[in-house]
Amino acid sequence: MATSFKDRNLLAVIGDEDTITGLLLAGIGNVDKGKKNFLVVDSKTQVSTIEAAFQEFTERKDIAILLINQHVAEKIRPTVDKYQQAFPALLEIPSKDHPYDPSKDSVLKRVQKLFGDR
Amino acid sequence: MSGQQRENIFPTRMALTNTKLRLKGAQTGHSLLAKKRDALTTRFRAILRKVDEAKRKMGRVMQLASFSLAEVTYATGDISYLVQEQAKSASFKVKAKQENVSGVVLPAFEVDRVAGSDFNLTGLGRGGQQVLRSKEVYAKAVETLVELASLQTAFMILDEVIRATNRRVNAIEHVVIPRLENTIKYIMSELDEMDREEFFRLKKVQGKKKRDAEAADKLLKAKADAAAAVPEELEDINFEGGGGGGDLLSSKDEDVIF
Repeated sequence: MATSFKDRNLLAVIGDEDTITGLLLAGIGNVDKGKKNFLVVDSKTQVSTIEAAFQEFTERKDIAILLINQHVAEKIRPTVDKYQQAFPALLEIPSKDHPYDPSKDSVLKRVQKLFGDR
Repeated sequence: MSGQQRENIFPTRMALTNTKLRLKGAQTGHSLLAKKRDALTTRFRAILRKVDEAKRKMGRVMQLASFSLAEVTYATGDISYLVQEQAKSASFKVKAKQENVSGVVLPAFEVDRVAGSDFNLTGLGRGGQQVLRSKEVYAKAVETLVELASLQTAFMILDEVIRATNRRVNAIEHVVIPRLENTIKYIMSELDEMDREEFFRLKKVQGKKKRDAEAADKLLKAKADAAAAVPEELEDINFEGGGGGGDLLSSKDEDVIF
């Protein structure tokens, strides 16, 4: 593990158009031989497409952090909840139209559980 | 159930010494691991609180960022397509560095921004300032996200490590140490038993020897009585000396054996 995260230096995003635009403005976009590190999700996007992108981003070796809109994560919740790896770090972010709900976040759920337990 | 087990070992003094050493080692290891667990847990709690805070902060930051993007859209129209098409290579990257918490390597992400960026053409006609400002706001937001991501990664890794450590501590406490203690008890009892057996055996041999000596004594006395029936001074003295020598010899013999 000590070596594996050394060459991870990209961020990836799965989210709605506004989120993607903003993050790309910040300069996280990376297109390498047609392989993008972001996926725009709108109302017409199939769940299977999101799943595939999620799998691809989590399996890529150069991605350190995967950002995903919470309402998108909600669509593939079982996959997201199953995801336990440390790398890439999975982060659920709020989007413009969907306010952030901490109780749905898979990591925050664990945090809450640990706080409750101890 | 497993607490009642003992190791399959031949009860000798050397095995006892070895087992005692191992017990000591296990106890040292247990206390070290317990210390490690405590250190990790302290760290874990701190991170837990920070994660919770950062997650809430992120909500606000992202809201602000969305709002600034809305301003851009208002000023320049929809630029999302343009921005998406112009993304070539990332200027906003992260660098991973390591942090060591009692032997556990925790990665921490650091923002690594390359100066100068793409989107040279974006919104230059109108609202260039808005675009710039929005860009800055989003960069700040992403910085927060990166921070949160490293906290979260640390959280995941620590969680795993703490679980593993807990398992080990419990295994040593409830399986290894009782088993070694049982082994020591077993060896001690076996050794004691062997001691008692040996003692008994010696006593038995001593008793037999005594009986034999008494019998020999009686025989000698009987002979002496028989000799006394025909008394002669010289013979008597000789016999007395010989008799004493015989007695001495037999008692000495016993001593040599025990």
